[in-house]
Amino acid sequence: MGFVRANRTGLAVALAVVVAAYVAYAVDGTLTSSLLGFAWSFAVPLVLAALVGVLGERSGVINIGIEGQMLGSAFVAFFAAALSGSMLLGALAGMGTGLLLGAFLAWTTVKWRMDQIIAGVVLNIVATGLTSFFYVQGFTLPQVMPSIEVPLLSSIPLFGPVFFTGGPFSLFAIVAVLVIWFGLFHTRWGLRTRAVGEHPHAADTAGVDVVRLRLLNVTLAGLLAGAAGAYLSMEASSTFERGFTAGRGFLALAIMIFGAWHPGKAMLAALFFGLMSGAAAQLQASRVVDIPEQFVNLLPYVLTLVVLAVAAGRVRPPAAAGEPFVKGDA
Amino acid sequence: MTERLLQLRGVTKHYGPVRANHDISLHVDRGEVVALLGENGAGKSTLVKQIFGLVTPDAGEIVVKGDTRPISGPSDAIARGIGMVHQHFQLVPVMTVTENIVLGHEPISGGRVDLPAARARVQELSDRYGLAVDPDAEIADLPVGTQQRVEILKALSRDVDLLILDEPTAVLTPQETDELLRVMRELAESGTSVVFITHKLREVLAAADRVYVLRGGQQVGEVATADVDEAGLAELMVGRSVVLRVEKDPAAPGEEVLAVEGLHVADDRGLPAVADLSLSVRAGEIVGLAGVEGNGQRELVEAIAGMRRPTGGRIHLRGDGTTQGGASGAVGEVDLTRARPDRARAAGVGHVPEDRERHGLVGSFSIADNLVLNRFTHRLFARRGVRNRAAIDDNATRLREQFDIRSAGIHTRAGALSGGNKQKIVVARELSARPRLLMAAQPTRGVDVGSIEFIHSQVVAARDAGAGVLLVSAELDEVLSLSDRVLVIHDGHIVAEVDPATIDRAEIGRLMAGGRRDAQALADEWGAGGEKQGPAH
Repeated sequence: MGFVRANRTGLAVALAVVVAAYVAYAVDGTLTSSLLGFAWSFAVPLVLAALVGVLGERSGVINIGIEGQMLGSAFVAFFAAALSGSMLLGALAGMGTGLLLGAFLAWTTVKWRMDQIIAGVVLNIVATGLTSFFYVQGFTLPQVMPSIEVPLLSSIPLFGPVFFTGGPFSLFAIVAVLVIWFGLFHTRWGLRTRAVGEHPHAADTAGVDVVRLRLLNVTLAGLLAGAAGAYLSMEASSTFERGFTAGRGFLALAIMIFGAWHPGKAMLAALFFGLMSGAAAQLQASRVVDIPEQFVNLLPYVLTLVVLAVAAGRVRPPAAAGEPFVKGDA
Repeated sequence: MTERLLQLRGVTKHYGPVRANHDISLHVDRGEVVALLGENGAGKSTLVKQIFGLVTPDAGEIVVKGDTRPISGPSDAIARGIGMVHQHFQLVPVMTVTENIVLGHEPISGGRVDLPAARARVQELSDRYGLAVDPDAEIADLPVGTQQRVEILKALSRDVDLLILDEPTAVLTPQETDELLRVMRELAESGTSVVFITHKLREVLAAADRVYVLRGGQQVGEVATADVDEAGLAELMVGRSVVLRVEKDPAAPGEEVLAVEGLHVADDRGLPAVADLSLSVRAGEIVGLAGVEGNGQRELVEAIAGMRRPTGGRIHLRGDGTTQGGASGAVGEVDLTRARPDRARAAGVGHVPEDRERHGLVGSFSIADNLVLNRFTHRLFARRGVRNRAAIDDNATRLREQFDIRSAGIHTRAGALSGGNKQKIVVARELSARPRLLMAAQPTRGVDVGSIEFIHSQVVAARDAGAGVLLVSAELDEVLSLSDRVLVIHDGHIVAEVDPATIDRAEIGRLMAGGRRDAQALADEWGAGGEKQGPAH
């Protein structure tokens, strides 16, 4: 099996994690379930947001505006649902907003070759400003997000209830990881995307439309950012506040790097972040260690620093990430 | 009856005031090999980029197989049967040979890229054209010669009628070059036309049926290779008769300028590269260092320039400090054994480095700034830390004129120039400081014929003005024709001193090989290399 050979280390790690999880489950079922459940709900927006980064950078566009894309989408999703009384409309509006903000980044950086970092910062600032300005207190969602059970898969002990029972966005995150994983490494679209992110001129001279592919990928990635935002305000909670995303868009970039720009590894990295946060919260809640809550909340960000320090130099970003493509300038 | 594959009529492309291509007309028939010959910066690359759709012409018409529609881009060019092998390889380093070759026309089965089918296709192409590659190797792991084979296969995998090769031999060894010329002939015989760019006359005569000569962006000649010889081509290329031998008067050596005694230098891995080496260079003479590359030449030059610290021995620069080193002001004897580059320069060492892109100039700086890189803190160009722009520009204007640096102006980015013009900047800068000792390492590598002649004449002029010159070159012809005295280096030692006027090639080959084993083979190799300059037939 080529797949097994190509992903030997990853599969070994995944297997070890699964075994360890079941050992823990055998020791303390309730605690393990709740810890894993916490970890996954923490990880869902990070996975989606990291995929946004992966899609962008694999095609050569750095997206540091994920935070803003998520924030804007979370805001629109919440208020569209609250005002219309329809959860579906809210979800669609949130993802639509993501798509729009993705298109903004795509057209400014790819078509008009604006500096990618500046365009991302602009997105973040504008999203923060607009959502803060238009934010109104006192709205509630018409209902809670319905939970879906995936037949068969949801009956797997431990993992079934955590991963295959949940709201539409959590399930969407899993599907997105699998689809993008397969797409990047086995399809024509994926080969071309990676080529465009590594050496756009090579792709160009081979007849690949670099600009069109980048526009497409960065725009579609916005859809995932929209899903991440809508997840936060509609599925993980039923509320919206100013600065609601709390830096998760930046955390996602760290996870993307930790996951070596690979969808599957990024998901594992996000789960690792979730587990650490969950474990710390658990330790504090059970008074095993008595540290102020603020320090526990700080953990993901401290972990980010540690992870980036460790990952630096071990992983290699797509070579053309951050470079605008100018035709014929080879 | 031959089919006309490609016809260019009045193709023109200007970049600002620079006429990259002006009113160029040419044609290519099926099954012929056509060479585009010209000096660096003559507009050859711009021309083929327009044929491949990478650059849009300002005016003129490109007709492919009777189709006059403009070429909208590389994919359009590919669709019309044009393939191109670029001067800078267009390969994704982290992908495999197969992935690179099928990129843009991937075989699909069940929604996935059918890699087994792609691999089989690559193997089949590789066998058919005798271009051996491993379909599963990653590009980053392959040597340049093999990467070029991948590039050629990539182009051929699109079923091309016309294959364009932009300076394909620049990165190849002589054996690889011969192999490529053979492949080009075979392609032509099987009906694929080939257009290749080069500035090497031997290759034109060896492989092409016809040749178009470009000069200053214009097409200045078209000849069948059967009707012309190297001298004729060279004249067309530079527009005047080229002196292939260097014209110089006998040297009038003065006092000793450089004294190297018992020098030891280690290479990058810390192993001894130069061992107990002594040499001396006098004012007004050119001392050539002949040797197979990698015998300590680079380390020796870097030690003298202050870029590498010797592990033993002494380097001394001598001179009265009156006739030379005027800008440096240093007088008498200076110990440079452990000097850093700035001190070596101040003492009167000029250095034309082997790798001009890394050590010779700053590509993102203007020509004017590059021309004062060695003296930007000198009182001529800066006062109390503030740069004197007027003086810098005056200096640049004068040197650009004097050294025939072809550019739009003195504020053009140096990185945008051709190899020959970049090297002229380096040589101009080093000579403008009037060094007591000029070290020129591979001074004409990757430089066109016209610029080679010019650089040689400047080196001779520096000698006649009283500088001592230490010349290091991998081109034996260059060493023998330019030097007054030749030292042979082998394994970090000077093994002989010979007279370039009387030495025979077989003898110097034997000496460069250390005078022991494989002497005859090496002499043969050098003899063959030397024929590049002689008649090809």
